[in-house]
Amino acid sequence: MSTLESTLVIPPEAASRLPSKLQWQGFWQRHQYLLLGLISVSALTFIWWLVTALELVPSLFLPAPQAVWNKFLVVSSQGFMDATLWQHTAASLQRILLGLWFAVIIGIPVGLWIGCNQVVRGLLDPLVEIYRPIPPLAYLPLLVIWFGIGETTKVLLIFLAILAPIIIATAHGVSSAGKSRQRAAQSLGATPSQLLWHVTLPAALPSILTGVRIGLGAGWSTLVAAELVAATRGLGFMVQSAAQFLVTDTVILGILVIAAIAFAIEIGLRYLQKRLTPWYSHYE
Amino acid sequence: MSSELRVEQVSVVYPEQAFAALDKVSLTIGAKDLTVALGPSGCGKTTLLNLLAGFVQPSSGQLSLNGQRITRPGADRAVVFQDDALLPWLNVLDNVAFGLRLQGVSKTEREKTANAMLSLVGLAEFAQQQIWQLSGGMRQRVGIARALASHSEVLLMDEPFGALDAFTREQMQELLLKVWSHTGRRIFLITHDIEEALILASHLVLMTPRPGRIQESLTLDFNQRWLKGEPIRSIKSDPSFIRLREQLLSSLTAQPALREAA
Ligand SMILES: Nc1ncnc2c1ncn2[C@@H]1O[C@H](COP(=O)(O)OP(=O)(O)O)[C@@H](O)[C@H]1O
Ligand SMILES: [Mg+2]
Repeated sequence: MSTLESTLVIPPEAASRLPSKLQWQGFWQRHQYLLLGLISVSALTFIWWLVTALELVPSLFLPAPQAVWNKFLVVSSQGFMDATLWQHTAASLQRILLGLWFAVIIGIPVGLWIGCNQVVRGLLDPLVEIYRPIPPLAYLPLLVIWFGIGETTKVLLIFLAILAPIIIATAHGVSSAGKSRQRAAQSLGATPSQLLWHVTLPAALPSILTGVRIGLGAGWSTLVAAELVAATRGLGFMVQSAAQFLVTDTVILGILVIAAIAFAIEIGLRYLQKRLTPWYSHYE
Repeated sequence: MSSELRVEQVSVVYPEQAFAALDKVSLTIGAKDLTVALGPSGCGKTTLLNLLAGFVQPSSGQLSLNGQRITRPGADRAVVFQDDALLPWLNVLDNVAFGLRLQGVSKTEREKTANAMLSLVGLAEFAQQQIWQLSGGMRQRVGIARALASHSEVLLMDEPFGALDAFTREQMQELLLKVWSHTGRRIFLITHDIEEALILASHLVLMTPRPGRIQESLTLDFNQRWLKGEPIRSIKSDPSFIRLREQLLSSLTAQPALREAA
C-alpha cells in the first residue's frame, strides 16, 4: 500500500520540471478549501465596501470597512471605555483560560472515572445528562445571586459550559481503548494504574481533544454573552457599551475580533489534535 | 512436571447459554510444546485461551502454570490477538519494548531486547516506523515480537493469522515455527483452519462444540519437516498429511451442529 502511494507521489524536484498548468492543478488540489474560503471572504468584504461606497445604507447602521479599520487602530492604541482593545481581549481570554483549566483538571478525571467504573457511571450519568442541556446563560442569574457579578461568577459560568462536553467526551473515549488492547497490556503485566496511564488515557486522547474543542466553542459564546450582562471589561462588554452609544464601527470591530478568536481556537485545536494524535485518522 | 501448563477438569458455563462453553476439559502443555487447539467457531477455543491468560475464571476445575494457580492475567503469559492490539501512539520499537517498560527495565536494556526481537521477526529496519504505516502481516509480527520480548513462559495466540491473506499467512506460519524452534518458547495457538493446525502443531487437540470438549489429541511432526527445509507443498501433498486432514475434517463434520453452520 505505502509503496504504491510513494510511486504515485511526484517528488519535488520532478514537480518543478512539470508544465505550469499541471503545477497550478496540484497547487489548486492541495489548497482548494483555503482558496475557496479566501474567495468568499473577499467577495463579502467587497460587497460590504460597495454598499457603503454607494451610500446605500447610512453609516450609522453600516460603517465602511476602512472606518472599522481606523477604529481598530484607535481602540488598539487609545482604548474604549477605559481599556484598550488588547486589555478587553486579555480580560476575555483570561476568563476562558481559567474556566478551561478547571474544566480540564476536573472533567478528565471524572470522565475517566465514569468510563471505567459502572457504579460511578450509574451515579453520575443522570446528573451530567440533567445539567448538560441547560444553556449556561439560564443559570447565570442564579450564579449572580450566589457569587455577585465579579470574576468568580464568570469563570464559574465558563467552567460549567466547558465541563460537560469534556466529561462526556472523556467517558466516551475510554471505550475506544478496546478490549483486546487492554487485555494485551494486562498480559504484559500492566497494573490497573499502568493500564489507565499507558492505554486508556492515550486511547481516549483524540476524544478528549474533541471534547475540549466543543467545550471551548460553547464556552466562548457563553462568555461573550455573559460579558454583555455583567462586566466592566471584556470583548462582550466592549460591544455592548459601544452599542448603547451607537458607536457602530466599534460594535462591528468587537464582533470581528470575537469571530477571529473563535476561529483561531478552532484551528489551533485541530492542529493540536493532528500533532498529538496523528494515529487517529489512520487507525480508527 | 512442575514446568507444565495444566488445565484440570475445567468447565465454563456462561449465563443464559444452553450448553457449557467448556465441559470438563483437561489438557497439559509441556515446556517446549507448540499446542494447537483446532475446532469450528463456537467450540470454546477462545474461552480456553482466555482462561489460560487469566481474563476469565472457570466455573469449576482449575488451571496452573509451574504449579502456580492461574487467577488473573500476568506477564508470564503473553497473548497475541487476531486484531493486532498494538498501541498506535507508540512506534514499533516502543510497542515491542512496552512490556519491559511496564516492568521497569531501563531504556537501553529494553531497547536492546526489543531490537533483537524485531530482528527475529524480520522487522529490524522498521523499528522507528509508526504502527499505522505497517501492513496487517507486519503488525502481527510486531505483536509476536512484543509477546516474545516480555520473557513470558508461554505465548497464547488467538487465531493470530485469521485476518491475513493466504500468502501472508503461510509466511507467518513459517516465521512462527522458526521463532518457536529458535526460542524454545511454549506456544498455545488456536485456529479453525485444519491445514494450519496440522502444519504448525507438535501437539494437536481437536475440539467440538455443544458442549465444548476435547475430542482427540494427536502428536505430529509435520512442523519438523518444514523446519528441516522440506517444501510446504510437498508436505501438504504427502499422503499421510492428506489422510489426517480428511480424517479431521470428517470428525468435525460428523457434528450435526456443524453441518448447519457450514
Ligand atoms: N462472554 C460471553 N457470554 C456469553 N456467551 C459466550 C461468551 N463468550 C463466548 N460465549 C459462548 O461460548 C461459546 C464458545 O465461544 P468461544 O470460546 O468464543 O468459541 P470459539 O473461540 O471456538 O469460537 C459460544 O457458544 C459463545 O457464544
Ligand atoms: Mg474465537
